[in-house]
Amino acid sequence: MTITARPDGSAPRPEDFYRTMRLIRRFEERAMDLVRSGEIVSGIHPCIGQEAVAAGTGAALRRDDIMLANHRGHGQLLAKGSQPGRLLAEMAGRTTGVARGRGGSFHPSDFSVGVLGSTGSVGHGAPLAAGAAWALARSGSDRVAVSVFGDGAVNQGALLESFNLAALWQVPVVFICENNLYATTLPIGANVAGSVTGRAEAFGIPAESVDGMDPEPVYAAVARGVARARAGHGPTFVEFRTYRFEGHHTFELTTRPRYRDPEEVARWQARDPLALQAGRIPEDLRGQIDAEVEVIVAEAVRYALAGPKPDPADARQYLYASGLQTRPGVAARAEERTV
Amino acid sequence: MPKLSYTRALNQALAAEMERDPAVFVLGEDVRHALTNVTVGLFDRFGPERIVETPLSEQAVTNFATGAAMAGLRPVVEYQIPFLLLLVFEQIVNQANKFPMMSGGQARVPVTYLLPAAGWRSGWGAQHSDEPYSLFAHYGVKTVVPATPADAFGLFTSAIRDDDPVVVFAPIGSLAMRQDVTPGDLVPVPLGTARVHREGHDVTVVAIGHLVYDALAVADQLADQVSIEVLDPRTLYPFDWDALATSLAKTGRLVVVDDSNRTCGMAAEILATATEEMHLVAPPRRITRPDGAILGSVPELDLALQPSRQVLADTVLKVVKSG
Repeated sequence: MTITARPDGSAPRPEDFYRTMRLIRRFEERAMDLVRSGEIVSGIHPCIGQEAVAAGTGAALRRDDIMLANHRGHGQLLAKGSQPGRLLAEMAGRTTGVARGRGGSFHPSDFSVGVLGSTGSVGHGAPLAAGAAWALARSGSDRVAVSVFGDGAVNQGALLESFNLAALWQVPVVFICENNLYATTLPIGANVAGSVTGRAEAFGIPAESVDGMDPEPVYAAVARGVARARAGHGPTFVEFRTYRFEGHHTFELTTRPRYRDPEEVARWQARDPLALQAGRIPEDLRGQIDAEVEVIVAEAVRYALAGPKPDPADARQYLYASGLQTRPGVAARAEERTV
Repeated sequence: MPKLSYTRALNQALAAEMERDPAVFVLGEDVRHALTNVTVGLFDRFGPERIVETPLSEQAVTNFATGAAMAGLRPVVEYQIPFLLLLVFEQIVNQANKFPMMSGGQARVPVTYLLPAAGWRSGWGAQHSDEPYSLFAHYGVKTVVPATPADAFGLFTSAIRDDDPVVVFAPIGSLAMRQDVTPGDLVPVPLGTARVHREGHDVTVVAIGHLVYDALAVADQLADQVSIEVLDPRTLYPFDWDALATSLAKTGRLVVVDDSNRTCGMAAEILATATEEMHLVAPPRRITRPDGAILGSVPELDLALQPSRQVLADTVLKVVKSG
């Protein structure tokens, strides 16, 4: 369904980007419906508006490259190749999800497409990606890793420390900042002293700032970083200037905090990346893709809601890779023990 | 019989595992020059790709290890000072230790966190003398505190081979210990298995880490008054509750000596579980540090706060007479 890097290195076609972006948009819209209906109890961090970054990034990566996503990561996973039904099942807490319902919307690991997961500590995926990429390079592989994070992450010490490690050790990692101008409610002007790219430049990491509302320059920028990484030339940093059309999290549907000027939101919505990309392909092809996506998303919803919820008796499963079982919170009484 | 020092045991275990498994490598500060002596000789033997000298960036390095582990390696991360574990606590308990569950069993995070000098250092001040093993047990992170050189070898080896994160605390009070060993003594010690250092029938003293030596000294000192069984849990998580229950079935009396703070410390958990589940004929007692700080650079003040042999002896005698 979605596209990943082509073996011959050629750029994807406009309709390829459109298909991925349309899928992400409709997937997120339907996911928000499932939040409203109570099927996704955590709520979600919708990535509507940021589809071009996900689609361009996914297209520049191979399926076996590693990705650390972030909390606004559904689009990133879909573009990396996750099955829409299995991702939605994960968000709805079903055992048929990519992580058997244990990761949920916030932490959906999907090792089948190289997505290790995401961290609650904002920006802490960057050192995870650097470590994974370093391990891959040491094994002689040409696989690379990317870490995707937002503008809120660029002041985290662990992220900046990882830039230093990646530059010192020429780690094949691409750091991708989705700058949507708000760290939850905090605007960029109150969040970032200096510049976003300046943080990477300080460590000697090549950095560029690119329009994140257009998948083609996104793809080109990530592909340059990936090529550098595969060639053994170390890390790259790309800032994508983008915008989320929805709230930080679906809790804003009810709390409705006012931290963005409606005119600002409207200005960015007028630059809808989906509309831009739709304009680049013939109308009949667009209609055909839209129809295909509707079928895929409808099937994903059906698959997700048909999946079983985990048995509470299995609540302590997977806590340890070694299979260690923790003791229950209520102790056995003395007479129940066998010594 | 050759004498093996505690630090040399850690060094031998690490060298053996690095030889056995090319996925094992070390991340740490000053490891090239082996400031803590754990990596002595290993840089020359294994090179910079496996003895990886890091900048002072503990949070990133800890997650770097987690990422490398999820990509198939077995990192050993060395932290020179106990408080560094507090700086990376979130990375260990909330990230590394949760990835297996959060990923529904896809991820393995076989990282060993080695603290080659844990606990009080005379005169080193307030920030260098903690021994925060109870915090990791509280969060269900596998945690070992070897008391002896042979156990240091065996538990460090098992920690490296384990598929989950494991924190290894080497108590400063044990580092000076040397032990007669034969090659047969240097074998992996399974995590979660206690060791009875001295058998007795009146009272069980559970002693953690270097306090095992204090418990053995008190058992000798009181030998004509009371028969003390000295139980060393060796692993704090998962704890060998069966071994404790077996010992208490015999003695029915319990004293725990623990270099944690009092509130929510390991001793509190041992007393609580014994009280809930095991055979006791008298109220159990614990000897811990008080809550709050080790005071700092005046050794006399610090020593006044730490578990001592005198307090242990007095407590044992009280417990034996009660109930």
